[in-house]
Amino acid sequence: MTTWLAQRLVQSVFVVLVMTAIVFVGVNVIGDPVSILISPDANQQERARIVAEFGLDQPLWSQYLSFLKGTLQGNFGNSFVYGMPALQVILSRMPATMELAIAAILLSVLIGVPLGLYAGLRPHSFFAKFMMAGSILGFSVPLFWLALILIMFFSVYLGWLPASGRGQTVDFLGIGWSFFTWDGLSHLCLPVLTLSIFKISLIMRMVRAGVREVLPQEYIKFARAKGLSRQRLLYVHVLKNIMIPVVTIIGLEFGSLIAFSVVTESIFSWPGMGKLIIDSINVLDRPMIVAYLMIIVFIFVTINLIVDILYTTLDPRVRLSRD
Amino acid sequence: MNGFASDPKTMHSSSRALLDVRGLKVKFKTNRGEGTAINDVSFTLRRGEVLGLVGESGSGKSVTGMSLMGLIENPGRICGGQILFDGIDLAKLSDLEMERLRGKRIAMIFQDPMMTLNPVLRISTQMIETVRAHDDVTLVEARRRARDALGQVGIPRPEERLDAYPHEFSGGMRQRVAIAIALLHKPDLIIADEPTTALDVTIQAQILSEVQKLTSEYGTALIWITHDLSIVCGLADNVAVMYGGQIVEYGPVAEVIRSPRHRYTDGLLNSVPSRNRRGDRLRQISGFAPSIFSMPQGCAFRPRCSFADDACHQTPPLATHGNHAHRCWHPISSREGLGS
Ligand SMILES: Nc1ncnc2c1ncn2[C@@H]1O[C@H](COP(=O)(O)OP(=O)(O)O)[C@@H](O)[C@H]1O
Ligand code: SF4
Ligand SMILES: [Mg+2]
Repeated sequence: MTTWLAQRLVQSVFVVLVMTAIVFVGVNVIGDPVSILISPDANQQERARIVAEFGLDQPLWSQYLSFLKGTLQGNFGNSFVYGMPALQVILSRMPATMELAIAAILLSVLIGVPLGLYAGLRPHSFFAKFMMAGSILGFSVPLFWLALILIMFFSVYLGWLPASGRGQTVDFLGIGWSFFTWDGLSHLCLPVLTLSIFKISLIMRMVRAGVREVLPQEYIKFARAKGLSRQRLLYVHVLKNIMIPVVTIIGLEFGSLIAFSVVTESIFSWPGMGKLIIDSINVLDRPMIVAYLMIIVFIFVTINLIVDILYTTLDPRVRLSRD
Repeated sequence: MNGFASDPKTMHSSSRALLDVRGLKVKFKTNRGEGTAINDVSFTLRRGEVLGLVGESGSGKSVTGMSLMGLIENPGRICGGQILFDGIDLAKLSDLEMERLRGKRIAMIFQDPMMTLNPVLRISTQMIETVRAHDDVTLVEARRRARDALGQVGIPRPEERLDAYPHEFSGGMRQRVAIAIALLHKPDLIIADEPTTALDVTIQAQILSEVQKLTSEYGTALIWITHDLSIVCGLADNVAVMYGGQIVEYGPVAEVIRSPRHRYTDGLLNSVPSRNRRGDRLRQISGFAPSIFSMPQGCAFRPRCSFADDACHQTPPLATHGNHAHRCWHPISSREGLGS
């Protein structure tokens, strides 16, 4: 188990290294940094000065090494727009994105799992059929369209919920959170709902499929023959078997929530990383783009690692093969 | 813990059967229509007695066992008859009342030991939950009982093995664990649904003798379901042969095997290797078991029976001679049975 974990950690570091190379090639070799950094009407001297300052006259491998060194130190250079270290700017926006992602995942699990259990246990009931049909809609509705409809209905027509911004935040651990105020919570509603619809549908369908698969198993019959209560049967024997694929999906979805929060954050003017990166791309703020990509890589690799570890705790058969 | 099963005085003084099944009927309603899986099944079982329930696949053995456990679920339902267990009609109990009985007074063991234990839960979890489902004991006490039960069924180093997962056991060992779980509450009745079918022959024999030993030790009544008549020979007191959802022959094992009356029982006996003289060809019964959705009219065995005639288009009644009963219009006479 410990050797497995060590191997897995080395793998993760390797993946991050490969990604630094790809990001470096993408930004420095395929794109022309000179054209980004230097205005077309700059004179020759100015040009040379900037090229030297950014080390663009160095051979490619030494440029990569200094890029790698910077990455490891968390130094991606100053943002052109904010004049502050890029990493710091992004990290200051991260809590907002995280808050959105965590709230959306929580809501999806809290609604998706019980709905899936119900639909799996009573597949022929009207409610289960209705929810299954609804989930197809939840899959196919484009995010931006859903966001706009929700805004139209709840903000414009009913006027119940705010359509943009984070609202009032409260500082906790030195970071501002919307979770803790009514105003903040009301601002969370619409973006979280937008992000959750798809995931609720997904989790619900997976849980339902899992229940349908597990219930006819012989070990469920045997567990019933032991005289266990329905609750014990459902929440221990069935749920623990279903959680294995569900945890994987939750991990992947959490990663994509953080990485692709761009659309929702733009529509709801949510001051998170997604909104920031779109703004940065629009003005070609190179250090910001690089720092953002590396953060996303790091988050994805970390989530994968956590999912893998959870997997081993959930499924003893996987654990055995890793011993 | 359970005075009934282990106290010989009550065993002998009570003449009432432990289990008295009367005219049991189970139907399944699917998109292929409604089919009768169990049709008018009756038998009795005294405390400590062993009944062999024999028949081809699809004859309704498992459905019979599951009915006794109250585990028939949609699309099936018990739609007739009584299951008198110690005087109580199980078919009339509520879900909760049945839940209290299951695993406590009636236990069941299933066919495939690779599938009967939950793969993601430790053996200890699966045993302790069984103890605590019926007895209000501490975790420590429940664990002690679980460990003792594992020891009893011949699992070496039970304390260590308790915290293992099912996949860390062989098929035979898993079936022993299942038996240990079934024995946890020293039930009055254990229903064993082909528990050795999936195991190889030597392990089959070990498990068989283990179960025999333990059930006679506790005075547990046993219903042993199998498609293999030869297993029942040395194990059971009575045998019930099932075909097409009915018991077609019922009686003391020795007698049924010595002089079968029903044509299907005869066919089954002829397909058992050990019973045939050397040089004789094994005779399999030709044809297939009928589906419950297209039962032949009259005797269900009619399409496969070489003795069938017009009379067999009517359902044969249960004809009883002493304690030997059969459902056949043209039963084998005892002379014919000896001669063939
Ligand atoms: N859940 C079910 N739905 C429909 N038919 C069933 C179901 N369970 C059992 N049956 C039918 O009942 C009959 C008896 O099955 P079973 O008792 O399992 O036979 P076996 O003697 O092999 O144990 C079979 O013909 C089977 O098709
Ligand atoms: S009743 Fe008729 S068809 Fe059925 S077993 Fe007897 S002889 Fe054969
Ligand atoms: Mg069966």
